[in-house]
Amino acid sequence: MNGEQARASLASTFGVDIAAGVPLVVTVAPEQWEALARYARDTVGCLFFNFLTAVDWKEQGLEVVARVDNLEENVGLMLKTKLGPGVTSCASLTPVYRGADWMERECFDMFGIHFDHHPDLRRILLEDGWEGHPLLKSYAVDTPHPPYR
Amino acid sequence: MALNDPPVPVIPAPIWRNFKELQEWEELHKTRPEGDKHSPVFESLTEGIHNFPGGFVVTTAADAFLNWARKSSVWPVTFGLACCAIEMMATFCSRFDVERLGMVPWASPRHSDLMIVSGTVTIKMAPMLLRIYDQMPDPKWAVSMGSCANSGGPFRHGYHVVKGVDRVIPVDVYVPGCPPPPESLLNGLLLLQDQIAHFKKTGRKAPPNEKVD
Amino acid sequence: MLDQNKTTRVEMDWSGPERLQMNMGPQHPSAHGVFRAIVTLEGETVVAVDAVIGYLHRCHEKLSETLTYAQYPSIASKTDYVAAMTSEFAYVMAAEEIGKFEVPKRAQYLRVIVAELQRIASHLLWLGTWCMDMGGALGGGATIFLYCIRERELVLDLFEALVGARLLYGFFQVGGTRYDIPDGWAQQCRQTIDVIESRIEEYEQMLEDNAFFLARAKGVGIVSRELALDVGIAGPLLRGSGIDYDIRRNAPYSSYQDFDFTVPTEQDGDCYARYKVRMQEFRQAVAIIRQALDKLPAGPISSRPALKSVAQIRIPKGEAYARVEGPRGEVGSYIVSDGSAKPYRMKWRGASFSNLAILPHIIPGHKVADVVAIMGSVDPVFGEVDR
Repeated sequence: MNGEQARASLASTFGVDIAAGVPLVVTVAPEQWEALARYARDTVGCLFFNFLTAVDWKEQGLEVVARVDNLEENVGLMLKTKLGPGVTSCASLTPVYRGADWMERECFDMFGIHFDHHPDLRRILLEDGWEGHPLLKSYAVDTPHPPYR
Repeated sequence: MALNDPPVPVIPAPIWRNFKELQEWEELHKTRPEGDKHSPVFESLTEGIHNFPGGFVVTTAADAFLNWARKSSVWPVTFGLACCAIEMMATFCSRFDVERLGMVPWASPRHSDLMIVSGTVTIKMAPMLLRIYDQMPDPKWAVSMGSCANSGGPFRHGYHVVKGVDRVIPVDVYVPGCPPPPESLLNGLLLLQDQIAHFKKTGRKAPPNEKVD
Repeated sequence: MLDQNKTTRVEMDWSGPERLQMNMGPQHPSAHGVFRAIVTLEGETVVAVDAVIGYLHRCHEKLSETLTYAQYPSIASKTDYVAAMTSEFAYVMAAEEIGKFEVPKRAQYLRVIVAELQRIASHLLWLGTWCMDMGGALGGGATIFLYCIRERELVLDLFEALVGARLLYGFFQVGGTRYDIPDGWAQQCRQTIDVIESRIEEYEQMLEDNAFFLARAKGVGIVSRELALDVGIAGPLLRGSGIDYDIRRNAPYSSYQDFDFTVPTEQDGDCYARYKVRMQEFRQAVAIIRQALDKLPAGPISSRPALKSVAQIRIPKGEAYARVEGPRGEVGSYIVSDGSAKPYRMKWRGASFSNLAILPHIIPGHKVADVVAIMGSVDPVFGEVDR
């Protein structure tokens, strides 16, 4: 389906307001996260998994952002979900998109978000024994790490 | 035997996957003493020859000959980490040839003399770098290429960056730049050759050279 | 169409007890950078691959929160250091999208010329290192490597005349470009791309008449269409698997719609198909550069005043994701801005990070020697993977 149809059907299925524009930004509650991804892949036709990341909004908590694309119709969908303050777990999109695998491992590494039902959630960019999650706002960029200080 | 679906691989963690275990392992296996090793027999022999009247001709000529041989055939181990590796590869190619200086880039550290650390050294990579450096036989030299290897470079304030490769291995020549163009790297390699020419082999110290000291 | 029965995949007996785990360590001679693959072997056949990355994690995303929009573009070039221009392009475009800055036409054309020249340089390096991996550093592989680097030096001379640097530039600036082309540059550029076009013909002939090259590249590393979309790979990998998608044509940016070029696509999905796609991309890039040089308009090169202080560029609150068709695929930059001179969150969508995620899916079933050929055709650059 093309952009306008996608916008209408997503707004009606998930009960959210979606502004017109490129890309379409859909914000849902964390409980609907996997259902939204499934809907995007099966109904809207977004088979291309672009990326998944998170943003740390300090007191308001973390927000997981993903982007999927429908390459034939040129529809880009930004899926967002705000996990409230203090929440660090989220449903995993690996059953829906295989590309979410490494992206979610990176989110876990950088933000500490634990993705349920991820087949192999371990750190990807930093070592397994690293303490702390660097991209959180509470982590200083030049935190020293022994033995190389 | 039945053909079935491939199992999800269960890969046991090797010793260097767990950073803390690696640190302990490195401490336990740190056996390489500092400096150049000479047997006491050899040292006394060269002392004897040098102190014999006229013997200094033999030792200085031997020094010069051995150092000439060493500097004319420095084999770098290809240790490209990041962007500087591309400039290092360009230096090894036809326009800025290093083979005319006798440098054959060789992948195996066991057969090489020089490690050109080109690129950012990260905390995850540093033990590997030390491991490769330890595998190189003596005498060996290290050139720190680029500002990331010199001091951490543009990424110095990062949490995962080692602020200079000299925190991991001893460095002989620092080549600045981001990335240093091949002309700069060649300059650094020629300075290294000058340093090697003054290398202490038979126990005599060379006079200081204003270009390198 | 490729005959699936004649490929190098073998039927696997997964219950075998003779498993060996081998480490293809972070330092290895197949010149791709710091990548560690723990391969589980059964005899000579790879059964599983665990890719360990992160040896070049240089904290780009965290550092970008401490650097202003004026300071970061030259650091951005260090993500995909082989194609530095396209890396900077993505960051600067995202910032311009949030701030709604207009980029003057001349700057857009200059960006296109520079991005296409960078594509040529990057593909030359890819061809050289891939052939060197397959042919050996002391033998036949080094032939193509030395030839390709010789051509690449011509392109880098152009960049040096334009920007002052050979590999990592600070050419892009929010609002336009930083430098304008000097006199005689357009003439030198045309000569260079003429030379490159003729030499590409030569290399294609050399390689396609070589039985060893065809044996190592055909039927190896097949990526199916649905795997390609599911994992999210982009660029020549996607087009080599039959999906006709190119950001320059489907979602044009920076005046790409003014140029007439085709998007090469192959159906087979193996290393040879990706090779053919990239060889065609050379020719398309040359065509685009010629058109851009012919139609280059006069005018300013930046809509913002020249940079005098680091905190000069302020962007209102908002967020944007801008993507660029780099030589390796879709390089994207997702910036969340909070109204100050530094981004609040910047995410690099690295083309090689997504491309590398396909290795555990396509390598099992191949021989050890094919691992190197497949990795070369995926063409990762670890600055982008680890950021």
